[in-house]
Amino acid sequence: MEPTYKKPETLIDTPTHYCPGCGHGIVHRLIAEIIDELDIKEKTIGLAPVGCAVLAYNYLDIDMCEAAHGRPPAVATGIKRVHPDNVVFSYQGDGDLAAIGTAEIIHTANRGENITVIFVNNAVYGMTNGQMAPTTLLNQRTLTTPQGRDPIADGYPLRMCEILSIIDGSRFIARTSITSPKNINKAKEMIKKGFQTQIEKRGFSLIEVLSTCPVYWHMTPCESMKYIDDQMTKTFPLGIFKDWEIDN
Amino acid sequence: MSTNKDQKFLLTGNEASAEAAILAGCRYYYGYPITPQNEIMTHMSIRMPQVGGTFIQVESELAAIYMVYGSAAAGGRTMTSSSSPGISLKQEGISYLAGSELPCVIINMQRGGPGLGDISPAQSDYFQAVKGGGHGDYHTIVLAPSSVQEAADLVFDAFDLADCYTNPVMILGDAQLGQMMEPVIFDKKQKTDLSAKTWALTGARGRKRNIVKSFYPVKGELEVFNTKLQKKYREVEAEEVRYEEIDTQNADIVIVAYGTSARICREVLRDAKKKNLKIGMIRPITLWPFPSVIIGRVAERVQSMLTVEMSAGQMIEDVRLSVNGKCPVHFYGRTGGGIPSPKEILNKIIELSTIKEKVTCATS
Ligand SMILES: Cc1ncc(C[n+]2csc(CCOP(=O)(O)OP(=O)(O)O)c2C)c(N)n1
Repeated sequence: MEPTYKKPETLIDTPTHYCPGCGHGIVHRLIAEIIDELDIKEKTIGLAPVGCAVLAYNYLDIDMCEAAHGRPPAVATGIKRVHPDNVVFSYQGDGDLAAIGTAEIIHTANRGENITVIFVNNAVYGMTNGQMAPTTLLNQRTLTTPQGRDPIADGYPLRMCEILSIIDGSRFIARTSITSPKNINKAKEMIKKGFQTQIEKRGFSLIEVLSTCPVYWHMTPCESMKYIDDQMTKTFPLGIFKDWEIDN
Repeated sequence: MSTNKDQKFLLTGNEASAEAAILAGCRYYYGYPITPQNEIMTHMSIRMPQVGGTFIQVESELAAIYMVYGSAAAGGRTMTSSSSPGISLKQEGISYLAGSELPCVIINMQRGGPGLGDISPAQSDYFQAVKGGGHGDYHTIVLAPSSVQEAADLVFDAFDLADCYTNPVMILGDAQLGQMMEPVIFDKKQKTDLSAKTWALTGARGRKRNIVKSFYPVKGELEVFNTKLQKKYREVEAEEVRYEEIDTQNADIVIVAYGTSARICREVLRDAKKKNLKIGMIRPITLWPFPSVIIGRVAERVQSMLTVEMSAGQMIEDVRLSVNGKCPVHFYGRTGGGIPSPKEILNKIIELSTIKEKVTCATS
């Protein structure tokens, strides 16, 4: 009998270093499934960020490159210019993409660089023990906002999809989440569209995925999923912000 | 610009460096404007499209060095250029390049510092260039041209050296070298025996996947890797030291100077000869690896050495380590865009030549 659900070929069978209930593993699996389905395992080059996903190359069986904190879009640009026919994607956290790497992501989008960015927004700095991120919600408690994020002192959550979608060079920008099978399927559809945007040489694509960090949110995995649905999506509404197919 | 062998061009050091990079097969250039090296970028913006290469004026020096990182990881010949403040910004990336063993070329046409400083010639980034510059135990190979022709030749060689040792190579020039014009010919030949870049990221077709990284989180792994790096550096030190030695045989005093300072000292040697002073010079061409052996050997037979720099005294530390107490090592330097005149240096030499006895401790 053919198994209907099996490990994607691109996903490496190895123990995970992610915490229980962390969303990174789900997003990794989606990427692996998409690479298999598009049959691009032998031409894809991935960028691992500095952040909890620094070891992404332990799970994805493709050529991969490390990038310094915030710099994956620049490194991806350098790779893509050498191999314009390969599929190049960067995988980045919210600190990486929306704080230290803000300049790189804006200008990479603005150049219309033909790469795909998977942006995992868990509203905290996971790897360094849960400090405030640029995407931390107002009043959300983190290691460095013990009383909750105060807009007067700490500023407001940064909405990257909205910012990037007004840049002329961007082609496909969407925000998704992983809180239910339905949302996971939707996230997969969007990420796949990002890869297709690149394969068809249409330019810059970015898919934000609202994801969990139960350990630094001080919640159970189930409470974390609910927190995304009930709280995070109020600040970060799901949807497609830019789509070359519709805009054309 | 079409370049054939033996044809002479009148170019600035910046233009000659850029053209040499093109002829060496560099096809990926990333830069951010800064004086006094803007002519490198300008030249690249014209030439890269002509040779089917990539030129990007990037949003910052940080992005530039990480685009270099990406193109190097993908197997391309790649370069960035800047001047002192911009080179400071690139240091994290240079550390990553060294830690990931990626080949690339970085040109620093130095200007006065610290801070925004000025745009005049200076040699005050020596420490940063030869001692690592960024974090961690690493070295870049550092080449110091002192003429436009040599800038072209060394840029050309830099790409082969980078590939040969899978290591970043820095060209350490300055505002004067970058902006002065001299005749230059491009007659260098590329090495043909370099091994294929089997480690490069190309998509894992028909081979096991490649990973380019500098992260070694498992205890002990990083020390093993660093030991391997150090072994490579010892090999570079054994194989790649370059210097020019002038009239050191019967010299009483030997000058040690590089780049623009060495050009000026060449004139000093002529003037000194007219005054019957026996002066020689050692001009390091590689600043790392440093020509310690020859400096140590010459130190045994001279009264003293004089290090001349456009800094408050940086290379002098390496000269003293090389001399290891065998003769006194003196210093003459100007900073902040000041360029030592031949007369100033000659006066210093006349002053030193009146001190006859050889004292064994180092003084300045
Ligand atoms: C230049 C630099 N600054 C700081 C760090 C430390 N650092 C490592 S990961 C990280 C934050 C990562 O957070 P995020 O990008 O949100 O990813 P997550 O870990 O939450 O997945 C920081 C600040 C670093 N490695 N390099």
